Amino acid sequence: MDVLTPRSLEEALRLKAERPEAVPIQGGTDVMVELNFDRARPVALLNLNEVAELRGWSRQDDRVWLGGALSYAEAMEPTLAAALPALAEASRTVGGPQIRNRGTIGGNLGTSSPAGDALPPLLVCGAEVKLASVRGERTVALSDFLVGPKRNVLAEDELILGVSVDAGVSRQTFMKVGPRNAMVIAVVSLALRVDGELRAAFGSAGPVPMLVRSDLDQIGSFPQRVAEAASPIDDVRGTASYRRHALRILTKRALDRCLW
Amino acid sequence: MSETAVPQLELGRIGEIVPRVDGIPKVTGEFAYSSDLQAAGMLWGHTLRSPHAHARIAGIDVSGAVGMPGVHAVLTHEDVPGAKRYGLEFQDQPVLAYDRVRYFGEPVALVAAEHPEQARRATERIRVQYEPLEPIVDPERATEQDPLHPDRPTMGHGYRDDPRPNVVRSLVIRHGDPDAEGEVSVSGVYDLGIQDQAFLGPESGLAVPDGEGGVDVYVATQWLHVDRDQVAPCLNLRSEQVRIHLAGVGGAFGGREDLSMQLHGALLALHTNRPVKIVYSREESFVGHIHRHPARIWAEHRATRDGKLVNVRVRILLDGGAYASSSSAVTSNAASFACGPYAVDNALIESTCVYTNNPPCGAMRGFGAVQACFAHEAQMDKLAEALDIDPVELRLLNALAPGSTLPTGQQITGSLPVAEVIRRAAELPLPEPEKLPRDPLRLPGGSGNTTRGEGVKRGVGFAVGFKNIGYSEGFDDYTAARVRLHADGSADVHCAAAEVGQGVANVILQVARTELGSDDVTLAPHTTSTVESAGSASASRMTWMASGAVRDACRAALEERERTGGGEVDVERVYRHPRTTPLDPETGQVTGERVHVAYACAAMRVVAEVDVELGLTRVVWIGTAQDVGKAVNPQAVTGQIEGGTAQGLGLALMEEIQTRDGLITNASFTDYLIPTTLDMPPVVSELIEEAEPDAPYGIKGVGEPPTVVSTAAIVAALRAATGRELTRVPVKPDDIVGL
Repeated sequence: MDVLTPRSLEEALRLKAERPEAVPIQGGTDVMVELNFDRARPVALLNLNEVAELRGWSRQDDRVWLGGALSYAEAMEPTLAAALPALAEASRTVGGPQIRNRGTIGGNLGTSSPAGDALPPLLVCGAEVKLASVRGERTVALSDFLVGPKRNVLAEDELILGVSVDAGVSRQTFMKVGPRNAMVIAVVSLALRVDGELRAAFGSAGPVPMLVRSDLDQIGSFPQRVAEAASPIDDVRGTASYRRHALRILTKRALDRCLW
Repeated sequence: MSETAVPQLELGRIGEIVPRVDGIPKVTGEFAYSSDLQAAGMLWGHTLRSPHAHARIAGIDVSGAVGMPGVHAVLTHEDVPGAKRYGLEFQDQPVLAYDRVRYFGEPVALVAAEHPEQARRATERIRVQYEPLEPIVDPERATEQDPLHPDRPTMGHGYRDDPRPNVVRSLVIRHGDPDAEGEVSVSGVYDLGIQDQAFLGPESGLAVPDGEGGVDVYVATQWLHVDRDQVAPCLNLRSEQVRIHLAGVGGAFGGREDLSMQLHGALLALHTNRPVKIVYSREESFVGHIHRHPARIWAEHRATRDGKLVNVRVRILLDGGAYASSSSAVTSNAASFACGPYAVDNALIESTCVYTNNPPCGAMRGFGAVQACFAHEAQMDKLAEALDIDPVELRLLNALAPGSTLPTGQQITGSLPVAEVIRRAAELPLPEPEKLPRDPLRLPGGSGNTTRGEGVKRGVGFAVGFKNIGYSEGFDDYTAARVRLHADGSADVHCAAAEVGQGVANVILQVARTELGSDDVTLAPHTTSTVESAGSASASRMTWMASGAVRDACRAALEERERTGGGEVDVERVYRHPRTTPLDPETGQVTGERVHVAYACAAMRVVAEVDVELGLTRVVWIGTAQDVGKAVNPQAVTGQIEGGTAQGLGLALMEEIQTRDGLITNASFTDYLIPTTLDMPPVVSELIEEAEPDAPYGIKGVGEPPTVVSTAAIVAALRAATGRELTRVPVKPDDIVGL
């Protein structure tokens, strides 16, 4: 197995074009699990840890730019947490401190798991994912980026640069249900944002995290609408009926929190 | 080659708080676990395992693996030079599968290669022709299906004759008049899922050929000598040609009683004439060792209107999986403790363990008493409610005491302060409910941020349980210790007692220092090569047994020095606890004075908060009173109580091996969840020190009673909070919500 370590974005894109089979790795909290469980033996890893252009975040008017290498721990820091509180709350639910120090938003996007904790908060904030290759850059709405369980529209020569989200004035929160009180994969999760409308997004209740929108005057029926929008399954982590039930409860509680 | 060094204590005698000898190295990461072993020229072994729960093997073709890069050996059942089967109690488990596989993950072939990746890749090239068979997965139907072991290896061992197929053991205890009627009766059916020991250190070890046909195995295990006695016949070696040495153990909890890599590593080492290391992956560990028996228990309690138990009728069905392991003893234990620590004049108890193609089950902390306690304590609460009597009062009214007769006919001759532990636990002050708003980490759902207090209800639960200390039913149970006194006044102690994290290394040194009146005592490495057997670090027996053996050896050594007038002294002594006798196979009654050596009990009180809308739980507080005999090292006792309680909490709330048609579907710590620090509350531990008359220094074991009682106590608190019956553990959010 080759480990390619580019020192700049330009070099990273060139390497990805030359070696499209190379699997990008940042924090390694997903990729290394696959390797350790002997589920994947990629011929090459593209180590993005030295690509400075992917790091950090910045504010641009009402939007915030999150670099692909932004860690969950960084997303929990007070300044960013004030702008994107649901993302900060979601980040706190990820693993333990070591995982939150290593795991990244870009990695969560790249893995595109139905249970990806950062995805519902990004969805409710109108996230647009920026992709790049030697052919150029393009921007894709997150809801279009995710196409199935662990599947997205990333081309084989493309890398995720980061994501731009709406950080305008709003109330928002994130909740995640798991059978223990820390360090769980979501049985079901929910992000809610209230500004001029109701925007909820759920995780682990369908093939992809999904956004549900409604007018402000639909508050009473919104929990039921969110539960009905889900298409959950029974698996080792929970049952479909529980997931639907929990979504109703979570949505109601989230509305109480955000409209209080 | 490295061997785990045993760090030495500065001081500490019996009853003193002594820091763990291995504590600092474990916390700083310097402790050498069995997976850290290295030897020059070492190869890596890997095991090919069955992807089927039940299949006939039509053929095995290893030719594709033999020529792979770095591969030194590819072995199948044909390469096993001696006995083809082994087992703790019955030799029913193939070293490597030969005619069929009976569980998912059963070892089929072995590879040794220069690099672990080469070994893994080579095993993928072994072609096994499987003809899948219908798996037996429903224990209630197992006795009507074709036998998994047509030769019935567990029959004829003094057990009740049960002609049904797939019975590992069935036991019936008839006590008094099993048809006696009460004025009030309550009944219920209770289920327990499969719990895993979930030790963090995976099975691992190093086998080193000695160049003369023998082998040394360095391994994390619980009983060095019984490993040797299982390994040697399969290798066709004399027992002294197989030497087992204890390597650093990363948790055991019963899961290291059975062999893991010992035989396989030794086979590969002897075949290649190179040291061979095997380390299981996490997934392999989950499929590669035995688990706690899942159970279904039907119980009926009959009582007088004023709350005195009249008759307890219990039927227990345990799923043993494909091989016997220690199932027969678990079956008997579940029966012995089916009524709980209560006096009852009449009882009818049936306990049956069946073979299936589900994951194999064997020893785990609590050993049958955990399953029994979950059912009898739910029943006692039900009875209290039916009679409108305070549940603690009901338990006190029926509490066993010295002089009481158990359903097996054994009279309690030693210590058993059941009423005392109940009173002391019930007197512990409960914490005040915490005010809202609070940090979500202090609410059900924890870091998931699911409630600010909505849906949260509080409940208080109580439970009592008891369990035997030591091996039972006539087993010749002993521990040897050897003491050498040197001319310079120093001493060293040899004892093969496995230090599995429970702290027996400290205990041995504390006893030796106390008896010899000296601080200059060294503990020699735990091995089969310098001292006789210590028996198993199991059944809450090791502290009692090692203390007895070390005490006797120290006293003999001092006498010997007195007699010889100084110089070097080297003595070995064997300690035995009072003899037990088997149960009558027809009546389940004791055939001598006692079926179990001694008993220990614990009571526990639990406060839990439950989000009844989402079905999530936060256990807020646990208080317990435990009968410990004598606390040899009080800090270690508290540690055992807290750890044992956490393991019971895991079974109550989250821990379960899930299967589909016999295949394990959650063999990882991503999906087999164990409690974190946010799930486990502080524990207030009251140690009740009432000396056990038959034990050295009055000692009782302490490792299992907390696990026996905590699952029952926690679920009782959940019932109080939710008003639901909650008859199955682990309790799922669905059960609390009522889906």
